[in-house]
Formats: sequence, structure tokens, C-alpha cells
Amino acid sequence: MSVRRVMGTEIEYGISVVGQPTANPMVASSQVVNAYASATVKARRARWDFEEESPLRDARGYDMSRQVADPSQLTDEDLGLANVILTNGARLYVDHAHPEFSTPEVTTPLDVVRWEKAGEQVMLDAAKRAAQLPSGAEIVLYKNNTDNKGASYGAHENYLMRRSTPFADIVRHLTPFFISRQVFCGAGRVGRGQDGREQGFQISQRADFFEVEVGLETTLKRPIINTRDEPHADPEKYRRLHVIIGDANMSEVATYLKVGTTSLVLAMIEDRFIDRDLAVEAPVAALRAVSHDATLQGTLTLNDGRTLTAVQLQLEYLDLARKYVEDRYGADADSQTLDVLARWESVLDRLERDPMSLASELDWVAKLRLLEQYRSRDGLAWDDAKLQLIDYQYSDIRPEKGLYHRLVAARRMERLLSQQEVDDAMHDPPTDTRAYFRGRCLEKYAEHVAAASWDSVIFDLPGRESLQRVPTIDPLRGSRTHVGQLLDSCDSAEQLFTALTR
Amino acid sequence: MAQEQKQPRKSQETEETTEVAPESDLAERKEAIDNDVDDILDEIDEVLESNAEDFVKSFIQKGGQ
Repeated sequence: MSVRRVMGTEIEYGISVVGQPTANPMVASSQVVNAYASATVKARRARWDFEEESPLRDARGYDMSRQVADPSQLTDEDLGLANVILTNGARLYVDHAHPEFSTPEVTTPLDVVRWEKAGEQVMLDAAKRAAQLPSGAEIVLYKNNTDNKGASYGAHENYLMRRSTPFADIVRHLTPFFISRQVFCGAGRVGRGQDGREQGFQISQRADFFEVEVGLETTLKRPIINTRDEPHADPEKYRRLHVIIGDANMSEVATYLKVGTTSLVLAMIEDRFIDRDLAVEAPVAALRAVSHDATLQGTLTLNDGRTLTAVQLQLEYLDLARKYVEDRYGADADSQTLDVLARWESVLDRLERDPMSLASELDWVAKLRLLEQYRSRDGLAWDDAKLQLIDYQYSDIRPEKGLYHRLVAARRMERLLSQQEVDDAMHDPPTDTRAYFRGRCLEKYAEHVAAASWDSVIFDLPGRESLQRVPTIDPLRGSRTHVGQLLDSCDSAEQLFTALTR
Repeated sequence: MAQEQKQPRKSQETEETTEVAPESDLAERKEAIDNDVDDILDEIDEVLESNAEDFVKSFIQKGGQ
């Protein structure tokens, strides 16, 4: 494979009720999700179907018992929290105390960017609608990962992988990659330590919250490699790699590179192409050391004794990826794979020579540049509240207030997509995965869809006593090529169901 | 054959020129950025939340995944 595979992201947003710092965040998050659902979801609101969820399934081959699990790990229990499926195939819901947007399944890095950005627009729209409720105070959402007071919330990536790939290979080859990829996909943070007790800037929002190398947990003892194993696909053939270590990016280039390069590295692991051991000594400490060094000059010690900077370690992966794509595809490599390789190389090259030259492409550099400008103009120390404010407000998703958005408006941040492409993706599903079937069903037959999930659409059909479940276990079936004409030709859910089960 | 002989010399030439070019590019770009600094800070001053200290104190989140 190339950069292409079935993948998607899930972003938990920070939430504040203006003027009410003690407001209950679960209530506020529910208001946001419900306000969007009431305004946009037609007819009945389909439930989330929890039947296929198994958050305690461990990729190493066993299940954690429910008694041992932390209550926050039981994500398959329907707690009655707001939860909707959108016509673009995405899931908008409340997870713990945050509103969350899971993109529909897509197959390219640029489509991840497109539907993740559409998720920001959905959240913005949702927050505005919540403020119009009778009880509605203004709610502001932040696409970041920490309050710098000890709490962190996630921006997860999901990659469908071959089941036959040994999990130990994933751990071995992906850990050094994750330790070093922050140099281009870190979102930047003011404060060090989980509660920000130490002064200073660091590259990543999340790095200080990771405490172990491998594990099932996502809310405590966070692991660099997460072993949650719910494939939402045929478990004999696939696993879903659930990546919890990334930062939530505002920058389109950062998201694109994060997902594109990770997908390429996974392809090399699946094809057993990585012929060298890049394992780093003391991975958890190394992860933090990289994040705390914005000069990018610090070195990591590899198990084989070599010392490399994080950028040099990334260059090792880039070198392998170039050879891999040349070896497997030669002149037939697809354009997005070549584009990811070229950008990756260009970004690493400039990070080595002059990191600040990436201020219009990468979040952490854009943020650091702003902070340094304020520091030099106003003589601010790193513990000045204004710098902390700039950190938070960079991720404010409102275009008039968010600093990322102000930089975009001033043409200081590069975009990969037009606003129209993003706006369309708020409503339209991707065409090349089962998200197309899910989204079109919700758009066209909303009143007869009782529930849906990643791997099913459940119909409640007139004249039939029981609900009718259409499994969508193969992520690549249910695409426009596969069911587009059928959906176009069926005026009712009954017609569709009859045609599907004939 | 002739082309093959030319190849190494050509790459040496490019190496020499590239050594000069990015530095002057960089200097030019840096100057352009410095001139823009005040504009963008002025604009951001206008949108920054007014009481930084209060804002930072009240930005409290619950942990998530």
C-alpha cells in the first residue's frame, strides 16, 4: 500500500461556557451536540448502535475484564449522552466531558484533512446554535489537548491494518516514529509538565501526558502505542490501529503530513520493508525530551548506540519510505503518495536548517513565532498569562477570535483545501468507503433509520415488526461505485432494503 | 557518454550556487517578515481576550481520552 488506506480521526474539543467557569462541561457538551442535531437532523434521530463495540479488546490477544477497567474505558455503554450520525457519515457526540467529532472513514490523507476540517465547521455551527437556546450562554470550543492544569483530552487517529502483521512489529517500528514525528505535527504548548508547573514552550500538547510504552488505557497511564483492538471490520482480516499520541492540529499541512507519513510507515511495517532497528533508548523520556527542545538540536540515543536528532530520525524513515515507494510502485506511484514524500522531505530539510521558516505551515512554529514576537515586543517572561492565553486562543475555532484563523485570514498560514471543499464535507460523505452508504441513508431515508454505527445501518420499516440490520462490515463496500445507482433508484427505505436482501 | 561526463560538474555547480541563494533568500524573507510583525501583532491585540489572567485561571477542562 501507499499513503492510501481506510482511516479517520476523532477529535475531543476543549469547551468553555463564557462567564461561567464552573459550568458542567457534560451538560454544555450535550447542549452543543443536541443543538446541532435538532437544527440539522431530519425526522427521527438515529441512535448509535453499540452492538459491535469492544473497547476492552486488547490487540495483544485478550480482553480486559469489565471489573478491572476504569469506568472511563467502558465506551460501549449507552449513557444517554448526546450522540448523532450525520449525513456526511461522521459521528458527533459527547465523550466524557467533551464534544467529539469522528470523521467518516476515508482513504487518503487529504480527505482526512477535509473531513476533520468539516468537523471544525460542524462544531462551530453547533456552538452558535447552542448559544441561541433559551438558556444559552455563549459556548466556545477549542481544538487543543490540555488546559495546562493537569487535564488532557485526545485527538486520535485510526488506521485499518492487516491482521496478519504481528503487533510486536508495529510497536518496534512505530515507537521511534511517534517519538520523532512531533517535529512537524506538534501543535505547540506553553508550559511543561502535565499541570504546566514548569515554565517554557514545548513542541507538543500531548507529550507530557504519556507514561508507558504500550497499553490499552486512553484516559490514564497513557501509552505511546495503544492496543485497543476494535476493528469495526472483519477481525480475521483487519485490525484498527488506534493512535492516541497525536496533537489536535489546526494546520492543514500538519494534519496531512501526520496522517500521510504514518500511513506510509504502516505500509512499510505491513510489507516487512523496514530493515533496520531504529529503537530509541527510554522511549517515554525521549518523547518528552524531543517535545521540550524547540531548537531541534538535542539528540536521541538509539539502542544500536547511534545518536540522532529527532529530525535525523525522521530522515531515516523518509529514506526508507522513498526506497519503499520506488521499489513497490516506481513510476506508477499515485500523486498523493508522491506529494506526501516531497512535502515530508521539504519540511524535514527546512527544520534542519531553519525551523522558523515553517511558520506558515506547522502549528508549533506558527505559535512559537507569535509568542516570540510578543515576548520581544512586550518583554514577557514565559509564565506571563498573556502567553498562556495566546496558546489557548490559537485553537479557538471561531474565525473572528481564533489566532490560527487570524493568521489564515492574513495569508500567513498555507491551506491545502478551499473553504468550499470543507463546507461541502459538512454534509456530503466521502464517496469511496461505506461512509457513503451510511451518509446517503441518513440523508435520504432519515425517518426509517433507527440506528447506525461504523459497521451497520438499522432500518425501522413500515409493516415490519422487528428492526432490520444491514451490516457494513467491509469498510470499502457501500461506496458510490458500489451502491450509488441503487440509492439513486430507491425512493423508499423499504425499496432499498428489499433490493439489498433480495 | 558526453552527458555522463557532464553530470558531476553540473552537480558541483549547483551546489556552489545553492549555498549562496538560500542565505540571501532567507535574509530577504526575514526582513519581509520583520516588517510585517507589527501589523499582525496589532491585529491580534484587537482580538485577544481582554483579561489574560482571569481567562487563564478560568480555563479548566476535565480529562478525556
